[in-house]
Amino acid sequence: MKYPVAVTVNGREQRREVEARTLLVHFLRDDLGLTGTHIGCETSICGACTVLLDGKAVKSCTRLAVQVDGASIVTIEGLAEEAGRAGLTTPDGLHPVQQGFWERHGLQCGFCTPGMILAAKQLLDVCPKPSEEEIRRAIEGNLCRCTGYQHIIEAVRHAAGLLAPAPAAAVVEGGGKP
Amino acid sequence: MSADRPTDRPAGRKYVGQPLKRKEDPRLITGTGHYVDDIRFADLLHVEILRSEHAHARIRSIDVSTARKAPGVAGVYTHADIAGRCGVFPAINAGIPDVKVPPRYPLAGGEVCFVGQPVAAVAAEGRYAARDAVELIDVDYDPLPAVVDPGEALRSGSPRAHTGLPDNVAFRWETKGGDLDDAFRKADRVVRQRFVSQRLIPCAMETRGVVAQWLPGEEELTIWTSTQVPHILRSQLALALKLPENAIRVVAPEVGGGFGSKLNAYVEEALLCVLACILAPRPVKWIETRRENMAGTIHGRGQVGEVEIAAREDGKLLGIRYDAIADLGAYHQLFTPLIPTLTGTMLCGAYHFPAARMSLTGVFTNKMSTDAYRGAGRPEATYIIERAIDLVAAELELDPVEVRRVNFPKEFPFVTATGAMYDTGDYGKALDKALELSRYASLRGEQEARRRNGELVGIGVSTYVEICAMGPSKGMAGSGWEVATVRVGSSGMVDVLTGTCSHGQGQETSFAQIAADVLGVSPGDVRVHRGDTARVPDGVGTFGSRATAVGGSAVFEAAGKIARKLKRIAAALLKVPEEYVTREGGAFVAGEKSIAYAEVCFQAHRAAALPPGVAPGLEETYFFEPENFTFPFGAHVCMASVDRETGEVKVERYFAVDDCGKVINPLLVDGQVHGGIAQGLGQALLEEAVYDEDGQLLTGTLMDYAVPKATHLPWFHCARTETPTNVNPLGVKGVGEAGTIGSTPAIVNAVVDALGPLGVRHIDMPLRPEKIWRLIRGASEGRSG
Repeated sequence: MKYPVAVTVNGREQRREVEARTLLVHFLRDDLGLTGTHIGCETSICGACTVLLDGKAVKSCTRLAVQVDGASIVTIEGLAEEAGRAGLTTPDGLHPVQQGFWERHGLQCGFCTPGMILAAKQLLDVCPKPSEEEIRRAIEGNLCRCTGYQHIIEAVRHAAGLLAPAPAAAVVEGGGKP
Repeated sequence: MSADRPTDRPAGRKYVGQPLKRKEDPRLITGTGHYVDDIRFADLLHVEILRSEHAHARIRSIDVSTARKAPGVAGVYTHADIAGRCGVFPAINAGIPDVKVPPRYPLAGGEVCFVGQPVAAVAAEGRYAARDAVELIDVDYDPLPAVVDPGEALRSGSPRAHTGLPDNVAFRWETKGGDLDDAFRKADRVVRQRFVSQRLIPCAMETRGVVAQWLPGEEELTIWTSTQVPHILRSQLALALKLPENAIRVVAPEVGGGFGSKLNAYVEEALLCVLACILAPRPVKWIETRRENMAGTIHGRGQVGEVEIAAREDGKLLGIRYDAIADLGAYHQLFTPLIPTLTGTMLCGAYHFPAARMSLTGVFTNKMSTDAYRGAGRPEATYIIERAIDLVAAELELDPVEVRRVNFPKEFPFVTATGAMYDTGDYGKALDKALELSRYASLRGEQEARRRNGELVGIGVSTYVEICAMGPSKGMAGSGWEVATVRVGSSGMVDVLTGTCSHGQGQETSFAQIAADVLGVSPGDVRVHRGDTARVPDGVGTFGSRATAVGGSAVFEAAGKIARKLKRIAAALLKVPEEYVTREGGAFVAGEKSIAYAEVCFQAHRAAALPPGVAPGLEETYFFEPENFTFPFGAHVCMASVDRETGEVKVERYFAVDDCGKVINPLLVDGQVHGGIAQGLGQALLEEAVYDEDGQLLTGTLMDYAVPKATHLPWFHCARTETPTNVNPLGVKGVGEAGTIGSTPAIVNAVVDALGPLGVRHIDMPLRPEKIWRLIRGASEGRSG
């Protein structure tokens, strides 16, 4: 038994028929070919599968595709275009959060990165100038085994600076007192 | 988007040493890179594996009849179905005499020996159909007693991990040097402690995964797999599958982290190759679930032992004795027996011990195998030695910093009592810098003041040295060289082919920096290829902090050969002696005359005006064989507090000074250090692979196994000293594991120091709140009672 799903993904409407049990992440990866969304645990702990569902960062491994019928989804592949619609694209053609991750070496193996970027994007949507503590809390649901998170925090701050260019954001190195 | 946009650099400066942004990032931040699971074929079959739910059992029978009839199923396979195609999986000879090697098959034969061992496999149309069918396989097990605790495994009458072996001892091994009896005779004080380096689960964010395809016409097997060592894997698969090595192509696409867990040859890799042969020409894919990853990908550490240190009243160390048991798990993976021997190699740490001995017993248990996990044997050594030094200092009422300092070797190369030859070092300099960075004296002042207010706050120091850049082939269980091919095309664009296999380290960038400097081009003109046995002629791989020190040196040498050839051709074209030619900007120059670099490259391929004896083309291969290992070192300082009510540890401040020799790209080095410290903190405070007494893995998901989150970590204040090695032309030592090795003891030392006023002398890792809360409560009851 298959069910129709109509969903806007990265600005384009997609219609498919899926099994009721199809996970959103499998729908995105296998049905739509959007393999930038990764699967790290299938139990909504690691956050590698994070996508934006109607603007909110959600873990696509614990949603069913049929649950998102009628919704709008942005995956990592659509983020730069999303920035373009808001007039925020960087000269490299990236979303400022992507740019921040590149500038500040916010990734190593890159597997957690799409989810991490989307979680960070959600934070900056609601909190344009986050403190170190606020960034740590916002990405707590996304595991990274490579970076120790420090360059990710710098990346998010860098992105915050790009999103709010004037006056030039002072990037403060470090949180604790030396 | 520009695929390469190096940071600005003033004219004439080199790329090596600069914090270039990574060339690999654009595809990774846009979700357009390809990890194994992103490889798609229209006619792909998905494979799911049924795994043992028993730690130890005999398989009476397996009924696959229902599963075979399930919708979409192409085949269901057990040991009997594939035994003719894949023999015993080989293990590397670790150079340990008389080591017992239990046979390892892709699917269990008559006996399963750990929870998670593959028993049967299904290939089906789509992952859901494959998972459904796996549920329909019925295995009739005859449970056997399991042995879980490595100490118990050595008791007479203990259950045996393998019924075919007489006992659980896999091997006994010893390393020693100096007169230990004399050391203990002369000692003013002997400090003893039992230390546990608990089992850890590497938890790379990308689990393992394999796609395999056999093309019968071409007689070629291609396997895409998440590995750190494609060439080693190819050799292992050729042996297991009895295929010619040149019929197998191993590709490591984007690899989502390894930390040693993908430095291996796994039975699933062989299994998928066998299924690809059976189901040819349809490709097969298996993607490990996280639960499978926790149970069936190698674990790290798993060592317990008793340490005795002989010391003089003034803090001078005289000797160290370490009797250890290594929990190997049920089978030997690629380097299983070798890993704990590295602890012996590094037993003396950063100190001059006149005498040392490690006795090691490797034991089988009914658990997943242990093998190389970030640090691989050296974190165990550093942990015991750095903890033990603090115990010596406490016993002698000396400053732990001074006990370290007075025992540092003064001259290099320095040969330790267990035979390691430390290449270069200045341990005092790194320590001084760490003390300065952390303002150690004022930290101690602050600690004093806060203690007076009743706070539990401590400071921990570790001064580590580790062994890297693996290594000279005669000192390794496998080959230690690395190879690079550098090729310059007729347009001047450069290809670097490396036998290393980056999985996050950023060598597409750092190797481009090395080649760019040697050839006088921009890193944007250099493309680094890795991870494909068909594209890269040969290789050893990425592990043991070797890629840049050994693989980067091969790139340097191969590029150097091309640079010399280019100069020779340029001189011929300019009709001047070679010694008059210099490289300036984009051209070769001799006085008034000059010729563009691209023109020389073109002429090298055009080959119409080459000087006599110069062959056409610009391609050179270099096998770099290092003459010794390298020994990076550093000093870490940690301030931690303990909540009296909850027992929770807060790492408040963290300072790391690391010396990894010459730095190619400081951005990448910082990233390695940060990630390393995070994993070291994970071992100190959070992580532990826990099996119950029946051998069930209790920490089988990320819900139960605590990988550090952003909120667990402090800001890391990092600095470097730079002491180049003399064993390779780059002066690079390696940095992949240093953070992990240095941080664990610094953190534990800080927490033990915090609890010092309660009379706590040692706590076993991980320092979880419950454990500490009990200690605090015990201490306060002791006082009131």
